[in-house]
Amino acid sequence: MNLTLKIWRQKNAKASGAFETYTVKDVSPDSSFLEMLDILNNNLIHEGKEPIVFDHDCREGICGMCSLHINGRAHGPDSEITTCQLHMRKFKDGDTITIEPWRSAAFPVIKDLAVDRSAYDKILQAGGFVSVNTGGVPDGNAIPIPKPDADESMDAAACIGCGACAATCKNGSAMLFVAARVSSLAKLPQGRVEGSLRAKAMVAKMDELGFGNCTNIGACEAECPKLISLTHIARLNREFLSAKFQD
Amino acid sequence: MATIESKIPAGPVADKWSKHKAEIKVVSPANKRKLDIIVIGTGLGGASAAASLGELGYNVKIFCISDSPRRAHSIAAQGGINAAKNYQNDNDSVFRLFYDTIKGGDYRAREANVYRLAEVSNNIIDQCVAQGVPFARDYGGLLDNRSFGGAQVSRTFYARGQTGQQLLLGAYAALNRQIAKGSVKSFPRHEILDIVLIDGQARGIIARNLVTGEIERFGAHAVVMATGGYGNVFFLSTNAMNSNGSVAWQAYKKGAFFANPCFTQIHPTCIPVHGTQQSKLTLMSESLRNDGRIWVPKKKEDVEAIRSKTKKPSDIAEEDRDYYLERRYPAFGNLVPRDVASRAAKERCDAGFGVNETGLAVFLDFKTAIERLGEDVIRARYGNLFQMYEKITDVNPYHEPMMIYPAVHYTMGGTWVDYNLMTTIPGLYSIGEANFSDHGANRLGASALMQGLADGYFVLPYTIGDYLSKEIQSPKVDIHAPAFDEAEKAIKAKIEKLLSINGSQSVDDIHKKLGNIMWDNVGMARSKESLEKAMVEIKALREEFWKDVRVAGTNDEFNQELEKALRLADFLELGELMAKDALNRNESCGGHFRVEYQTPEGEALRDDENYSYVAVWEYKGDNAEPVLHKEQLGFEAIKVAQRNYKD
Repeated sequence: MNLTLKIWRQKNAKASGAFETYTVKDVSPDSSFLEMLDILNNNLIHEGKEPIVFDHDCREGICGMCSLHINGRAHGPDSEITTCQLHMRKFKDGDTITIEPWRSAAFPVIKDLAVDRSAYDKILQAGGFVSVNTGGVPDGNAIPIPKPDADESMDAAACIGCGACAATCKNGSAMLFVAARVSSLAKLPQGRVEGSLRAKAMVAKMDELGFGNCTNIGACEAECPKLISLTHIARLNREFLSAKFQD
Repeated sequence: MATIESKIPAGPVADKWSKHKAEIKVVSPANKRKLDIIVIGTGLGGASAAASLGELGYNVKIFCISDSPRRAHSIAAQGGINAAKNYQNDNDSVFRLFYDTIKGGDYRAREANVYRLAEVSNNIIDQCVAQGVPFARDYGGLLDNRSFGGAQVSRTFYARGQTGQQLLLGAYAALNRQIAKGSVKSFPRHEILDIVLIDGQARGIIARNLVTGEIERFGAHAVVMATGGYGNVFFLSTNAMNSNGSVAWQAYKKGAFFANPCFTQIHPTCIPVHGTQQSKLTLMSESLRNDGRIWVPKKKEDVEAIRSKTKKPSDIAEEDRDYYLERRYPAFGNLVPRDVASRAAKERCDAGFGVNETGLAVFLDFKTAIERLGEDVIRARYGNLFQMYEKITDVNPYHEPMMIYPAVHYTMGGTWVDYNLMTTIPGLYSIGEANFSDHGANRLGASALMQGLADGYFVLPYTIGDYLSKEIQSPKVDIHAPAFDEAEKAIKAKIEKLLSINGSQSVDDIHKKLGNIMWDNVGMARSKESLEKAMVEIKALREEFWKDVRVAGTNDEFNQELEKALRLADFLELGELMAKDALNRNESCGGHFRVEYQTPEGEALRDDENYSYVAVWEYKGDNAEPVLHKEQLGFEAIKVAQRNYKD
């Protein structure tokens, strides 16, 4: 396949960026999207040009490191996957593809297509944990948990922290990300103990870091590579409100 | 001069850890506050260690190369984590887990360490449950288990096909709690380029800020390497793209001995290579072998028909299929250990029965399981893996079997450590995949997660206290000491050299060449000739690299090419040591298969008389031969035998 690529180039966080156009030839349809970028980068190096910086690591769709808006969609045209799992057979020979970094106020660009997502870490540091130290815990089977609850907790825990939800949201809200963690722990007895504190602390941190508010559009759910459901946002709202009423 | 002293406590194997814990020193809370610890890496080992050490009251700094600790490659582990809970009442026990692990490792692991691992395995499950890890449960609400290779009991705990992710998120949450409290300070997007020694003790690190390129210094009373394995020496592997062996290698060059570098695990169930444009291989979890059956056609004409796509795999009649693992290993069937399954796949493909265009693939088929259990049950068990397979290959595995082939996955070798997990450099520790100690010549499935968390939660926090109890009078480390100056100067010179070569080949061009040399000569089948050839070729390629590599960009910026070049420079040295170690080991054991040493049935033939030792390599300089030390392995609790998975 031969492709034309319009790629966002930006020297560093302070520089203003612009699109540049590249061509890449003889790409196998079985190659992944990031392998296609590897080929482009190798060509650029041989031409004495600077390769394009993009974040990636596991290339199995689980580490959450890769990002990219591809033709205006987070993680590209396919659904239920990350950019690293996108394969070139989803495109046509001769296509022009536009590639941008996440566009969100809370995720500033570091260079080219790489952004700073440390805001997500900060939200989790505010309360995305159960306060137990190592050691001194009961037997794993001491607390039976109904299977549907464990399954629902796992549904929410599948979040990979990639940032597609906030990057897609027109308000730049991180609600789906926050909700995934709050909801996953809220469904388990171990997590219930600090339920109110957690919801309040994480929402407050999210607001402080400049993420927008949720207006229930659902774009986050549509673009989430792990299909995290909006119902978790409903549960977060319930947790948050009941915590506020307790105040 | 460092020597190898394994410090294994005396007494029966079952009592060693308890006895040792009672004997080692502890540090008082008031003194812990004065002591600094650096942890490198945020996978299961690093995150659990840093969180636990922070909880104890030490000042911890933790570093990772990714943008967040949660990205570490432990996250990609799919299948599960072993523990000797015996929840299934199938007669599992600490001893049985210990025995299976020693046997699975082909009797090349250290008995005392493995017993301790089995002993603390149950605590790990309890800890993770308390953290809110959503393990799979049965309808009664209790924890569920599945089976894994090399075991006849069901002892693997799991969270769908994302067990590593869930365990890492648990450890990462514990870490986040300490970061919020201020006991741990986190440095993401930092790569460690050297370990700094003062008076022979590990006292700090030199790091490169990956965003700004700035070279930074950090001092501490002890340094912990939790940097994972070095499988990416093969270029193509299931490791994450950024996984590397550089910290372990720099430590080696500073005096930390390297053990069993040739012990590499080739995982049997990976998606086959699609062509030369490939950058990364994808694993299909071993858990699939619970329900999937591995086969190739019995007849060559069926192989041809499948390759030319005139027949679909599902067209091949049952009697024309060769379920070769079930045929060769009736007792364990499709659940033989990884090294055995990988070699068996290679044997069939070498005999001409490979089922894709390249002849390097076999089938993993769920037809029988779907008929027995229904598609819904299979979807509930492996849905995300089936989806991943379909996205990558465009084949629906509910209808046609998966195609798989072995690929590099894990390195059992690593930095040599004593029973306390300390390397031959005082104050430098190595945990998880980065060390060598628990898996011998072959790691069993679902045991890597167990080891990472055992080391980080329950072993290191105890043993490091014994060392630090002697450090309570030591002042804060002075990062302006001459040793830091020298280390920083050397790093800067190395970076400058790399950027100035401006040759004709990219880093990846040379890495691919290294990968080919390693896979062809130091891969699944090794011989004296292939290993000698590899050593010559790697040396030549290393010279080529330092003359002809082109590293784009500058140091003072986010420069991924420079990161890769620094890592490849180390792989080009490590690869040679792997070949040297494989050449030294004139036997076959676990993942190390020397074609000269095999039974008439083609099984690995060990030589216990001459090679029942850990090969421990000491660096002697860039232009000098490394020196081999031997740590003899004694087996007191287990009778050493030829591995048998047939009956």
